[in-house]
Amino acid sequence: MVNTKYFLKGFISIKGANSPAIALAASFIAIGALFKNIGLNIQESIFSTFLTYALPGSLIMAESLIVGASLLNIFLAVWLVNARLYPMTVSLFPLLTHKSQPRLKYYLACHFIAVSAWLIMKENYKSVERKYRLDFWIGVGVANLSVAVSATAFGFFIADYLNKDMMIGLAIVNPVYFTCVMVSAMKTIQMSLAVILGSIFGILFYFVSPEWCILFGGFTAGTLAFFIGELKWQLT
Amino acid sequence: MATNIVLAILATSFATYISRFFGVITSKKIKENSKFFKWFNCLAYSTLSALLARLVIFPAGALAEVDYSVRFIVVFICLMIFLISKKNFVYPTVLSALLLAFLSSNF
Repeated sequence: MVNTKYFLKGFISIKGANSPAIALAASFIAIGALFKNIGLNIQESIFSTFLTYALPGSLIMAESLIVGASLLNIFLAVWLVNARLYPMTVSLFPLLTHKSQPRLKYYLACHFIAVSAWLIMKENYKSVERKYRLDFWIGVGVANLSVAVSATAFGFFIADYLNKDMMIGLAIVNPVYFTCVMVSAMKTIQMSLAVILGSIFGILFYFVSPEWCILFGGFTAGTLAFFIGELKWQLT
Repeated sequence: MATNIVLAILATSFATYISRFFGVITSKKIKENSKFFKWFNCLAYSTLSALLARLVIFPAGALAEVDYSVRFIVVFICLMIFLISKKNFVYPTVLSALLLAFLSSNF
């Protein structure tokens, strides 16, 4: 089913120097505490992180529960904010395909797509033999998901000891980690443009529609960056 | 209320999984050295970047309670530390939490 050697290799890669473990843990501790404060029980909190495993989506769910939004509203809002997982999957899974791997495994393994695991894989895929990349990926994913689930449970239990300032402190860790990651990804003109234009258009589109800004902003910026990058390639 | 929470969790998970699922379906037809793949790579980074900008400038939840200039200063200082420390991810992330908790409790 899963090659144990490569699974473990992927699993321990979370210990690396630029590992997302700290950022992941900090943000899910905050989510766990938030879940407790809005009235979820421990089973529901763990269940939520295990099944969703995408931070902005969980935050939206929590906020929607507070204001009592309808299920359809929650569904649409979460779908819009998490639609970024679509281009992330398309820009990772072609690197993992191998004919020896069963199709179903890809549909299960895609649950682990989230920025943390995705980044580890993007950096390490070349060092893993193609045939076993999917097993390595599952190892990375399981390690990250375990961190997220344990942090949610931990956050739930320590919720009463966290004051407002500590919650605010925990909430900034993920955006800061993200920023560092984005800056280090700016290695080519195309990538730099994608990152810089993405943040500019994300904000500009916010004034048009707060719900659609990530999708529209990301799409416009990514497409522009791609074409400008290609153009430059042809000129030189 | 209890059923509501479970249904909300299921709706959230389903809404999240569909993007991953369709990503796998699309991936089947895409070669890793094609232009299409390159384009999607740009899209992935730019949507992440758009999300990040929104998280910092128009945040939801706890972060919304801090003034935007404070958030901006913290992100900026941590980014500088990241660059000075030769791209070490641990210093800026740990420091960001301490710095923001300190600033928001004192100012």
